[in-house]
Amino acid sequence: MSPLNDEQAKEYWRRNVSLMVKLLVIWFVVSYGFGIILFDVLNQIQIGGYKLGFWFAQQGSIYVFVGLIFYYAKKMAALDREFGVEEEE
Amino acid sequence: MDLQTLTYIVVGFTFAIYIGIAIWARAGSTKDFYVAGGGINPIQNGMATAADWMSAASFISMAGLIALSYGGYGGSVFLMGWTGGYVILAMLLAPYLRKYGKFTVPEFIGDRFYSKSARAVAVICLIICSVTYVIGQMKGVGVAFSRFLEVDYDTGLYVGMTIVFFYAVLGGMKGITYTQIAQYCVLILAYTIPAIFISLQLTGNPLPQLGLGSTLIGTDVYLLDKLDMVVTDLGFKEYTTNVRLSGINMFAYTLSLMIGTAGLPHVIIRFFTVPKVKDARSSAGWALVFIAILYTTAPAVAGMARLNLIQTIEPSPGEYLKIDERPQWFKNWEKTGLLAIEDKNGDGRIQYSADPAVNEMVKIDNDIMVLANPEIAKLPNWVIALVAAGGLAAALSTAAGLLLAISSAISHDLLKGMLTPNISEKAELNASRVAMAFAIAGAGYLGLNPPGFAAGTVALAFGLAASSIFPALMMGIFSKVVTKEGAIAGMVGGISITLFYVFQHKGIMFIPGTAFLGDTPANWFMGIEPNAFGCVGAVVNFVIAYAVSRVTAAPPQEVQDLVEHIRVPVGAGEATGH
Repeated sequence: MSPLNDEQAKEYWRRNVSLMVKLLVIWFVVSYGFGIILFDVLNQIQIGGYKLGFWFAQQGSIYVFVGLIFYYAKKMAALDREFGVEEEE
Repeated sequence: MDLQTLTYIVVGFTFAIYIGIAIWARAGSTKDFYVAGGGINPIQNGMATAADWMSAASFISMAGLIALSYGGYGGSVFLMGWTGGYVILAMLLAPYLRKYGKFTVPEFIGDRFYSKSARAVAVICLIICSVTYVIGQMKGVGVAFSRFLEVDYDTGLYVGMTIVFFYAVLGGMKGITYTQIAQYCVLILAYTIPAIFISLQLTGNPLPQLGLGSTLIGTDVYLLDKLDMVVTDLGFKEYTTNVRLSGINMFAYTLSLMIGTAGLPHVIIRFFTVPKVKDARSSAGWALVFIAILYTTAPAVAGMARLNLIQTIEPSPGEYLKIDERPQWFKNWEKTGLLAIEDKNGDGRIQYSADPAVNEMVKIDNDIMVLANPEIAKLPNWVIALVAAGGLAAALSTAAGLLLAISSAISHDLLKGMLTPNISEKAELNASRVAMAFAIAGAGYLGLNPPGFAAGTVALAFGLAASSIFPALMMGIFSKVVTKEGAIAGMVGGISITLFYVFQHKGIMFIPGTAFLGDTPANWFMGIEPNAFGCVGAVVNFVIAYAVSRVTAAPPQEVQDLVEHIRVPVGAGEATGH
């Protein structure tokens, strides 16, 4: 059974979900936002040979996705330790 | 040494490695067979997941899909869709399913929704998605063999089936994991080496990701500007801004591929093999790192190969290639039917145009962009041989992962879980091997006898996973109120409406002439093409599940406790079948 009481379990879950929501907002903005919805607007900006909207759709979003997962893994590992629910080595 | 011999040597060498690994990593228990003993390091698992995930479609077809069929920017749906799903997987599914600690996806659905019927429905959904997907892989194996080794398609398929049989039946998940790691190394080298050469040739920059945004060597013209110019001169839409049908369609397409990725069982079960919940989180990140190496290279291959192809056909503006002077590779690929020309105006030259009336490049298959790329760029023969080995590695690794998902659903969920619960572990292990053998034979049969739908099936698999399995898993973890009746109705409703939509536009079971609505944008719901419909099916699944759950009895207390239990990492223990 979980070592957390109901109150702590709720708080742990609330903080997990809030981290997740923040990161999923970024996930949405870089792909659907920059790569599709704001594509034409961002294409006004050019970096090297890349129009910015095109760059996000074919390169940038993927780099951000990688960063998001590792950031989530790191933050959750810290949260696990804070609540004493990390797995023993 | 001639190309043929060299290809045999390179492919033969990689196959020897896969078989060697199979003998070394035999499975001794059901735990070895289903989850590789549960002790796979997260980086290794990331690499295996990348090979599991990247199929013949990613390796052989994707760059061409982007460059030709989807005309540039439109192809971004694949790039974002097939990578962004890992973010969802890492945050919404993988850690909790790993904590739950069982062997299969239907097992979780059956326990969380306290119902054998839910488990059975999940098994059916899993088999439908995985079988549609595996047919495409078997085809990929046959095609890669027949093109590179000049054997029959059938012979190629039999050789592929034998190799998969060897390491998948012997080693189960354990054998598959270690072979997938080797296959990843082969396929990523085979993909990036030609890309680096071509990027150097065109832009002087060794990194294709930067090369695509650089100027052409010896000029101050950006590669992408030049590409936009030459495609518009030929009458095509501008490469960097060519939207796939509409913004809404691109949105739906990307979303369907993302949640389909997160819901595909053969990917999910890879995360059952790592020791801890925190490994499941980081392993998804590693998987995406290894996938991103190919996925950020692919758009560069697409743009550069398209430019190379056009400049071969039209060496200077308005001056088209003489048919008699076409290069050898052109003739080679004409033999395979992937390229075809027709001198419509009889001037002895090959006109290339977006206008079908004057276009004389009557066939340019998408796969040409990767397969003929090394020849178009005049790269040495060993690079071409490596591409052959890479294509085979991509198809075999994905086929093996899918076959394991299918066979474990049969032996663990159907036999052990429902029909014969008292089966011993040894008997279950044997049953899973027999199920695997049957799955390989079945997939091979469908690869040999494409029942009309083999071509369009990979994209369909995503729609089906997105509309059935993904919502059920997500509600199972994030909601305590969804009931068994809700989950079952949701899965059945979601997968049915997606299948219905696809069949209505593409024909029942893809049989030509049975579509009751033409496959044109005017007939599509909100302009969403059938391949992009999975996310609508998912919405239907969620809505039905919540609606039905409101009017049925709440889940029992122990199920609500189970949901609490999987949300916290501690006490995960190792994956078990009990």
